[in-house]
Amino acid sequence: MSTILVFVEQSHGVARRASLECISAARATGMPIAAVVAGDGADKAAASLGKYGATKVVALTGAARWSADAVARDVAAVAKELGAKAFLAAATTTGKDVAPRVAALLDSTLLSDCTGLRADGGALAATRPWLAGKAIATLRSTAPVFCATTRPNVFPASESGGSAEIVTRAASSDGKANVTAVAEKSGGKLDVKEAPIVVSGGRGLRGPEHFHLIEELAAAFGSAATGASRAVVDAGWRPHGEQVGQTGKTVSPQLYVAVGISGAIQHLAGMRTSKIIVAINKDADAPIFKIADYGLVGDAFEILPALTKAVAAARKG
Amino acid sequence: MKIVACIKRVPTTEAQAKVGGDGKSLDPAGWQYMASFYDELAVEAAIQAKEKHGGDVTVLTIGTSDAAKEVREFLARGADNGVILKDAEASGRDPRWTAKALAAKVQAIGADVVFTGRVATDRDNAAVGPMLATYLGWACVTEVVALEIGGGKVTAKRETEHGVETVECNLPAVITCNKGLNEPRRASLKGIMAVKTKTIAEEAPVDSGAQAVVVSVELPPARKAGRIVGEGVAGVTALVDALKNEAKIL
Ligand SMILES: Cc1cc2nc3c(=O)[nH]c(=O)nc-3n(C[C@H](O)[C@H](O)[C@H](O)COP(=O)(O)OP(=O)(O)OC[C@H]3O[C@@H](n4cnc5c(N)ncnc54)[C@H](O)[C@@H]3O)c2cc1C
Ligand SMILES: Nc1ncnc2c1ncn2[C@@H]1O[C@H](COP(=O)(O)O)[C@@H](O)[C@H]1O
Repeated sequence: MSTILVFVEQSHGVARRASLECISAARATGMPIAAVVAGDGADKAAASLGKYGATKVVALTGAARWSADAVARDVAAVAKELGAKAFLAAATTTGKDVAPRVAALLDSTLLSDCTGLRADGGALAATRPWLAGKAIATLRSTAPVFCATTRPNVFPASESGGSAEIVTRAASSDGKANVTAVAEKSGGKLDVKEAPIVVSGGRGLRGPEHFHLIEELAAAFGSAATGASRAVVDAGWRPHGEQVGQTGKTVSPQLYVAVGISGAIQHLAGMRTSKIIVAINKDADAPIFKIADYGLVGDAFEILPALTKAVAAARKG
Repeated sequence: MKIVACIKRVPTTEAQAKVGGDGKSLDPAGWQYMASFYDELAVEAAIQAKEKHGGDVTVLTIGTSDAAKEVREFLARGADNGVILKDAEASGRDPRWTAKALAAKVQAIGADVVFTGRVATDRDNAAVGPMLATYLGWACVTEVVALEIGGGKVTAKRETEHGVETVECNLPAVITCNKGLNEPRRASLKGIMAVKTKTIAEEAPVDSGAQAVVVSVELPPARKAGRIVGEGVAGVTALVDALKNEAKIL
C-alpha cells in the first residue's frame, strides 16, 4: 500500500507534540506511515517515533544551519523515493514554513491547518476552517500527492506500540535562505497555539502593569500560555505573538480563559474551537458570555487573585 | 529595484458565514470587502523598499475588476502600477493555482523582490508565499516581523515557537509579512489626486488546473449553551468546582 509521509519537528532531540499528533492523525488513513525528521538531534528524535505508528523514519542530520528550503528539498526527495501518496506536517510556524514548499516541489496543492482527516473511498478527505473557523469545509485533493498540515491540539497524540526502521542520511546544506541566529525563548514559555491551557487578557486589565495577574493564573494552571486580545497588542501592552483571533493566532486548547475581553467576532474566530471556555468580565452582557461554558461576572482585579489561589489549591489537593 | 506586492481582496473580518445554496460555498450576501490585513503590511514593506532603494512597486492581485478599489488605495499610498489578473473564482482557488499564476506574472515583471501577506484571511492557507518562491526557484522568508534589505541581501527576523530566528538570503526573494513588521501609512491627498489618472492593467492569469475539490461546507457546531457560575469573588469556588468536577480539567 502507498505510504503517507509525515514531517516531524524536533528540538534538542525531542519530537514536538504537534508532530506526534500529526503521526497519530496519519494512522486514521490506514496507510503505512513514514516519518522524516531534520536538524540537530534528528537521530535522537527519530528513535521515539516508532511507538506512535511510524514504520520507517528518515533522519536528516549534519546540516550546519537550518534552512526551510533545503529541508523541503530533502523531504520532497524522500517523498519521491518512497513513492508517498500523501504528505503531512503540523501547522506550526515551522510546519507552515516547510510544508508549502514540499507541496510545490511535488507540484501538489496544500490543504492547510486541517482539523479532520479520513480515508474516503481510496482517497483522503480533510476538513479545514474557512474564515478563521466561521465555516468548516471538507475537501478532496486531486493532486499527485495529497498534502496537508494538521492544526495543533486537535488530534490526540496517542501511542500505538511498534517500532520503526531508522535511516540516517546527510541533510543538504545549500539552502537559499538560512537561519543565522536564534534567540531562544526564555524559561520554556509555551506558545499559545500549542498550549493545552490559554489564559488571555484584554482591555479590561487596564494596563500592561496588571498582566502579572494573567501570568500568575496561567502559572497556577501549570502548562498554560498567556494570550491577548488585539486591542491590548495594538496598545503595546503585550507582544504580537500572543494575539488570539482572526488576525492573530487560532487556538484550540482544552481550556481557554478570557479575562476582560469583550468577545468581538474577530476574537471569537480565534478561540471558539477551544474545548472549554471560561469568561471573566464585569459586564454581564458582554458577547464573550454567549460562547463561554462557564462565566463569572465581576471585577477581574478582585477575581483573579482569588481564582489563582483556588486553582493552585485544587491542583495540590 | 522591481518590487511586487501581492494582495487579495477578502471579506472584512466582521463578515458572518452562511452556507450557499449548493452546500459547497459561502453566501457572500451582505459582505463588505477589504485587502487582507497582512497584505496591507506587504504593500507598506514594498513602498518602504522603494523609498530606500529606488525602483517601482507593482500591486498584483488575482480577482475580479472589483479589486480595483483596493489597488487604487495602494496606488494612492505610493505604489506605481496595478495589475489585476482577472479570475471570477479567485477567492476559492487552491494555493498551488494561485502561486503558479502569480509566479508567471512576477517573472514577466522581472521582479527582484515580492512581498505577500503571511496568510489571506478568507481561506487561511498561509501557503501562497512559500509556494510562489518555490515555483520561482527563489529564496523565501515567511512570517517576517523585521526586515533589512541592502546590497542584494536580505536579513529578516521571524517569531517561531522556539524563539526569534534571524534568517539571511540573497535577492531575488519572497517575503511574507507578519504583524509587527510595519504600520501601514494612509494615502496622502496628493496620492489620491494622482491616482485619478492612473489605469490598472487587467490580464488573464495562467490556469494550471484546480487540485482542491470542495465536497461540502458547514457551519461549525454551535457551542452548547453555557452558564454563569456566579458573581465576583463569591463565584470562584463554583468555577473551580465546575472545572474540576464537570470539565475534569483540574
Ligand atoms: C480587521 C480587524 C481584525 C481584528 N483582529 C482581531 C484579532 O485577531 N483578535 C482580537 O482580539 N481582536 C481583533 N480585532 C479587534 C476586535 O474587533 C476588538 O476591538 C478587540 O478584540 C477588543 O479587545 P478587548 O476585548 O480586549 O477590548 P474591549 O472590547 O474594549 O473589551 C474590554 C472588556 O473588558 C471588560 N472589563 C473592563 N473592566 C473590567 C474589569 N475590571 N474586570 C473585568 N472585565 C472588565 C469590559 O466589560 C469589556 O467587555 C480586529 C478588528 C479588525 C477591524
Ligand atoms: N488571489 C490572490 N491575488 C494576489 N495575491 C494573493 C492571492 N491569494 C493569495 N495571495 C497572496 O498570498 C498571501 C497568502 O495567501 P494564502 O496562502 O492564500 O493564505 C496573501 O496574503 C497574498 O499576499
